Amino acid sequence: MAFEPVIGLEVHAQLKTKTKIFCSCSTAFGKSPNANTCPVCTGMPGVLPVLNKQAVTFAIKAGLATNCTINRESRFDRKNYFYPDLPKGYQISQFAMPIAEHGFLDIEADGTEKRIGITRIHMEEDAGKLIHDPLRGKSMVDLNRTGVPLIEIVSEPDLRTASQAGAYLRKLHAILKYIDVCDGNMEQGSFRCDANVSLRPVGQEKFGTRTELKNLNSFKNVEKAILYEIQRQTYVLEEGGEVIQETRLWDPTKNRSASMRGKEEAHDYRYFPDPDLVPLIVDDAWIQDVRAGMPELPEEKKQRFITAYNLSEYDAAVLTADLDMANFFEQTITPLKNIKQAANWIMTTLMGMLNAKAIEISESPVSAHEFSKLLGLLESSRINANAAKTVFEQMIETGQDPESIVKEKGLEQVSDQGELEGMVDEIIQENPDEVQAYRDGKTKLFSFFMGQVMKKTRGKADPKVVTPMLKSKL
Amino acid sequence: MNLHTLTIAQAQDLLAKKEISSVDLTRAFLDRIDKYDNTISAFITVDPGLALKQAEQADQMIAKGKSQAFTGIPVALKDVLCTKGVRTTCASKILEHFVPQYDATVVEKFKAQDAVLIGKANMDEFAMGSSTENSAFFVTRNPWDTDHVPGGSSGGSAAAVAARFCAGAVGTDTGGSIRQPASHCGVVGLKPTYGRVSRFGVVAYASSLDQVGPITRDVTDAAMMLNLMGGHDPKDSTSAPEQMPDFTKGIAMFKEKGLSGMTLGIPREFLNLKGIDPEVKTMFESARKTLEGLGVTIKEISLPHSNYAVAAYYIIAPCEASANLARFDGVRYGYRDMDSDDLIEMYKKTKSKGFGPEVQRRIIIGTYSLSSGYYDAYYGRASQVRALIMDDFKRAFDACDIILSPVAPTPAFKIGEKVEDPLTMYLSDIFTLSCNLAGIPGISVPAGISSTGLPMGLQMMSRHFDEMSLIRAGYGFEQAVNHIELPEF
Repeated sequence: MAFEPVIGLEVHAQLKTKTKIFCSCSTAFGKSPNANTCPVCTGMPGVLPVLNKQAVTFAIKAGLATNCTINRESRFDRKNYFYPDLPKGYQISQFAMPIAEHGFLDIEADGTEKRIGITRIHMEEDAGKLIHDPLRGKSMVDLNRTGVPLIEIVSEPDLRTASQAGAYLRKLHAILKYIDVCDGNMEQGSFRCDANVSLRPVGQEKFGTRTELKNLNSFKNVEKAILYEIQRQTYVLEEGGEVIQETRLWDPTKNRSASMRGKEEAHDYRYFPDPDLVPLIVDDAWIQDVRAGMPELPEEKKQRFITAYNLSEYDAAVLTADLDMANFFEQTITPLKNIKQAANWIMTTLMGMLNAKAIEISESPVSAHEFSKLLGLLESSRINANAAKTVFEQMIETGQDPESIVKEKGLEQVSDQGELEGMVDEIIQENPDEVQAYRDGKTKLFSFFMGQVMKKTRGKADPKVVTPMLKSKL
Repeated sequence: MNLHTLTIAQAQDLLAKKEISSVDLTRAFLDRIDKYDNTISAFITVDPGLALKQAEQADQMIAKGKSQAFTGIPVALKDVLCTKGVRTTCASKILEHFVPQYDATVVEKFKAQDAVLIGKANMDEFAMGSSTENSAFFVTRNPWDTDHVPGGSSGGSAAAVAARFCAGAVGTDTGGSIRQPASHCGVVGLKPTYGRVSRFGVVAYASSLDQVGPITRDVTDAAMMLNLMGGHDPKDSTSAPEQMPDFTKGIAMFKEKGLSGMTLGIPREFLNLKGIDPEVKTMFESARKTLEGLGVTIKEISLPHSNYAVAAYYIIAPCEASANLARFDGVRYGYRDMDSDDLIEMYKKTKSKGFGPEVQRRIIIGTYSLSSGYYDAYYGRASQVRALIMDDFKRAFDACDIILSPVAPTPAFKIGEKVEDPLTMYLSDIFTLSCNLAGIPGISVPAGISSTGLPMGLQMMSRHFDEMSLIRAGYGFEQAVNHIELPEF
């Protein structure tokens, strides 16, 4: 029997507010344990939450950017469970009435386009974290993260493959970064993903039993964990077994998941409206304000790149997938004429370097300004493509500017007619057999002569000058 | 002069004229606490040194001409209000040694005027109870008859005012916890409109019902204290932005035009309730006549859903409490059981040993009522009933300005009488609960004394944010009724 996977994703994104969602403590990452705490976020007796308006604005922004309806009235609820990193014994979240609903994202995966529904976006506070000290047999509580604002973005179960899940997640990640509400750092946990996966016989409408996958801290792991889970469930079903509803934890080092807790251990969160907070009313003016401040989204930017820069659909998609990359591209091409050449250099040489170093564009050792200067030298024929690669490598290594590398290494192109003519004459004299063969019709030998010129100039000859010269002399 | 007999208004006047000092006044109260509180047990914490220091500071401010309404006035606080640097126990073992790093907004307001905070008053643990017998530490006795309870949960505050251990006291009222002990102790208790007084720093029992208010010797003092305590607080999202009038104007209004033009409603549902003491009925009948004598129109009105108030309250309040009290888990502060081997055991033992039986009972009721599969039948249904009760009041206030009822179905009962029977105890809140469910203000004014020598109070309720009418009518009634002298001792 053939099975169809059904996948839904739940994404927790930390909002980039300066202060926490219900108190005025800083949200800065990496402070010493419990430095960013106060009576409110440590759950002291008698204290009360006051909602951070900026967090609401960011949530509205995320809702609009993912085509959601913003609810004019939403509500905060208490999600009750006990854990030492949850000081109040409940998390303030939105359960029955979230701030945004009924959105979608259009993705491209497996060679086709697909619209993925977004069920809801709701706001909530983050929990703290435990630090276990096995040597002393103690666990310590750090409440710095407690009360940092989150939005949870829940997709419809519209995804069918791991690559669709990856594409959806990358798109969502790009959008949140574009609109500047989340820094998107998956390692620090500012962008976290859980996946719900189930299988059903092809053609069946009813969903199968699902499992929830946790600890998916990179795009790759999300895809790997989903693939693994599809295979695991397929195996279970094909062997005549039943999938058990459970939460599974992905182990990225072992490339497999293991059961964390079953259905019977699932929490009963006893949600009810938080009486300490009044209903959140969002009026049209607030929504209009957010809409007016909305930056260009990835899709819009891609279309603009296609029309304004005459880029292919593919190139525009690659360059706009990440906001920092798109900005790098636009800064690079500002003084340049040959945009296609700049796009190619970014997509091959620059991105190749980033991949090799496993770093983000924001961490690139070469700035857009310097990179633009390098391409400027290429565009004005002061260096050729080979030399440009050498200069780029030197720039990464030393951080020098391209101009001084060219001077220092003598990489400037030889374009002088007289100088080159003398060389071409010499080469023709030195290689009579090849000249004869060329003249007899072996035109492929042209590259041999070009190679000889490059050899004499140590790669610096300007092919635009040499080519016609060689042709006429031969 | 017996300084301890002064009302807030009288003391204020004499302090301003510099005829008395705050230190003398404070000392007079401290002397009485020293002498009689081992009998009454109104206070959990009294720090005479700190109180006298605050009194000295107040006297200096008065000398400098920087006196405000409450400068130098000794006030008691229910031990549910957080006081920076002074332990705040909620009469619970779990917070026995808890010292807050912050003041409740209400406490800040008293401090800003250099009031003297004379002590932290006993209460039912976490404000859950109607007799102050649920205090984890000791029972407070009624100053009128020490075999009887003072009511609750603000029993320590009411007893302290009645015993003249302070000029006035702050209480909290979730289902009658200011009005009922005030009634049982022969003093005035005012529960303001929900949102009128900030709840910041008040340890929460049931957040949608809790409200802070004054317990005083008379209505004038209650108006003065509400003036100080009320007002919008940005630290409390449920605090109302409504303007704060000068509530003593209600007294001026009475002096100017009496109660003419006011319509008072008596809910017919309350008249035929079972279990009302005949003496309470007699008191109510004579209170009605007294008010009629003041020229009000009295109407019978209907609160059709009032029969369901107790049931709804004892679902909603425990539900909220079950979440509010979750934070007392032994992890960060308060009592922790140290003999546990793992986290779950630590949670269980901490809560089982730290909370008293009534608190545990309400946490369990609340947890159950919110559980998946029961939510709709309990919390959901109770919330619907609450909405109906609100509508009842809205309609009732189309026909009248004030709703009249007794505060409690009986005078103060004997210590131990109802401890074994929580349901009967819950029913003693029957007249006061709906006020909290509806969020409207209510006042308890002494109305008479039973044949056994125990005081009984009259309750008046008014529209949201119309405490002014309660002050006006309450003051009028207080002037017209036979003066009730507090017990001598």
